[in-house]
Amino acid sequence: MRKQRPIGWLPTSLLLLGAFYCLLPVIWVLTAATKSRAELFTSQAFTPGTGLFGNLSDLSAYRDGIFWNWMANTALYAGGGALLATVVSSVAGYALAKYQFPGRGLIFTTLIGGILVPSVVLAVPQYLLLAKLGLADTYWAVLLPSILSPYSIYLARIYASAAIPDALLEAGRIDGASETRLLRVVAFPMMGPGMVTIFLFQFVAIWNNFLLPYIMLADDGKFPLTVGLYTLLVTGANQPALYNLVITGALLSIIPLIALFLTMQRYWRTDLSGGSVKS
Amino acid sequence: MARARRGARASRAGAIPYLYLAPAIALFCFFVAVPIGYTVYLSLRRAKFSGLGLGKGSRKEIFVGLDNYRAAISDGEFWASWVRVLGYAIGVLVLMLGLALVFALLLDSATVRFGRFSRIAIFLPYAVPAVVATLLWGFLYLPSLSPIHDLLEAVGITGVDLLGPGTVVFSMANIAIWGGTGFNMLVLYTQLRSISRDYYEAARIDGASEWAIALRIKVPMLVPAIVLTTVFSIIATIQVFSEPVTLRPITNALSSTWSPLMKVYRDAFVTGDLYSAAATSIVIAVISLIPSLGFLRLVRRRAFGEDV
Repeated sequence: MRKQRPIGWLPTSLLLLGAFYCLLPVIWVLTAATKSRAELFTSQAFTPGTGLFGNLSDLSAYRDGIFWNWMANTALYAGGGALLATVVSSVAGYALAKYQFPGRGLIFTTLIGGILVPSVVLAVPQYLLLAKLGLADTYWAVLLPSILSPYSIYLARIYASAAIPDALLEAGRIDGASETRLLRVVAFPMMGPGMVTIFLFQFVAIWNNFLLPYIMLADDGKFPLTVGLYTLLVTGANQPALYNLVITGALLSIIPLIALFLTMQRYWRTDLSGGSVKS
Repeated sequence: MARARRGARASRAGAIPYLYLAPAIALFCFFVAVPIGYTVYLSLRRAKFSGLGLGKGSRKEIFVGLDNYRAAISDGEFWASWVRVLGYAIGVLVLMLGLALVFALLLDSATVRFGRFSRIAIFLPYAVPAVVATLLWGFLYLPSLSPIHDLLEAVGITGVDLLGPGTVVFSMANIAIWGGTGFNMLVLYTQLRSISRDYYEAARIDGASEWAIALRIKVPMLVPAIVLTTVFSIIATIQVFSEPVTLRPITNALSSTWSPLMKVYRDAFVTGDLYSAAATSIVIAVISLIPSLGFLRLVRRRAFGEDV
């Protein structure tokens, strides 16, 4: 048993100070989004206003509701991309962790090397290549590159080697199970929690991505939220009347991710070197 | 430890592992290997116009060897952008990782209250896209809206322009620190939780203070995780793009080539000079390869033993 320790006021207040700093812009946008156009520039910051519903209907009316289009696009890019990335990475990570085969080290190093290539070095030629295939400015242009995630493959390999005992695979083989059956019946269920973590990280990465859709897309009907809000800011920079829309849009764009955060707490494991996985 | 089991038996699976890796390898080829090859190809070429440069056939691509590289390397603006980004990156890395380490150690101390609340609050900015984070802070920096200005005026400081030529770098660094501290804190904190509590009890019995335990036991055991988060952060920070691009509409202090990546974007899509953009990209890649190679060595040794 550990004995009760006194409350450390210094560490506690330092942490609360950090928490305050991190929450500050979120609280600000929460209150600013409730202000009407006039209140935004006149009333005190951090005091709620009366314009929330006005702002929401203005935003929904802006260019026939294109904001909700962006929201749906983002959900499609992040949800679809993360789902496919999770499957591709888990299968690859499982193969790298549980099989010995010629070229294993080379394949792993090469795939992981993808983390290190600056995104712009890839994004420009990716755009040119997809344009040659007639896929630039389509949903595929954002979805397909998002499926490859070296970081997810790296995590999947850690999870597979930690979660799946070799003995279980051997026993399955002795019982005559095929390799694909082992993947379905043994590997996937045991990697389950790790796959949820991979999905979440990739979901956030795609949701937050700006460079790739910014380069790939020209038609604003296909924009995700990040690029949409950016164009709204560019349009609104000279018209403070649009500030309300940008602020309300910014608030709405972070609500889904914050909800995902608070509900999926236990899956946000960031043990990069697999330290806390019990084997 | 999650090390791959040494001596995992060579199975008679034959083509199976290659089959499982095929989708990842195919995507890698199309979206990483071929684009890199294509960039190298473009970087060695240039458009040549004959006659007035009008009409079909007057535009030809020719091989120019290393000319584009010579132009990229001798471009003063390119190096100026590196100097700007390096100053910015050093500030961000030191403060962000320093704060992440301090917060992780504080969270792990036995005497802290409201730990769960603080942990979630500090991690929360990770859920905010860089573009949106820049929007939020950008509004907080605008004199007409900013509570920061009200606060500064209340203590007698007036006339500070948070988006001016001298200050915008700090304002931007603040956005990056705000966005990145929580994730790194969580990585370090998770690692701390996996250290056996017995070490601390033993040290306490020997009369060590909490400070001594943090500095002499916890920090040394965190070193691998600190190196890993540092390398990840270096790669992310020198690629800074979204923040300056998003801030540009509300400030005049950022040029269209403020960071090296912005220069590539401008060359490729605004000026339409793909060949220069390609050469510049390769130079950026080579420069960022230096921390990257260190990272690869680390991954191979740390996470998977020597079996790679």
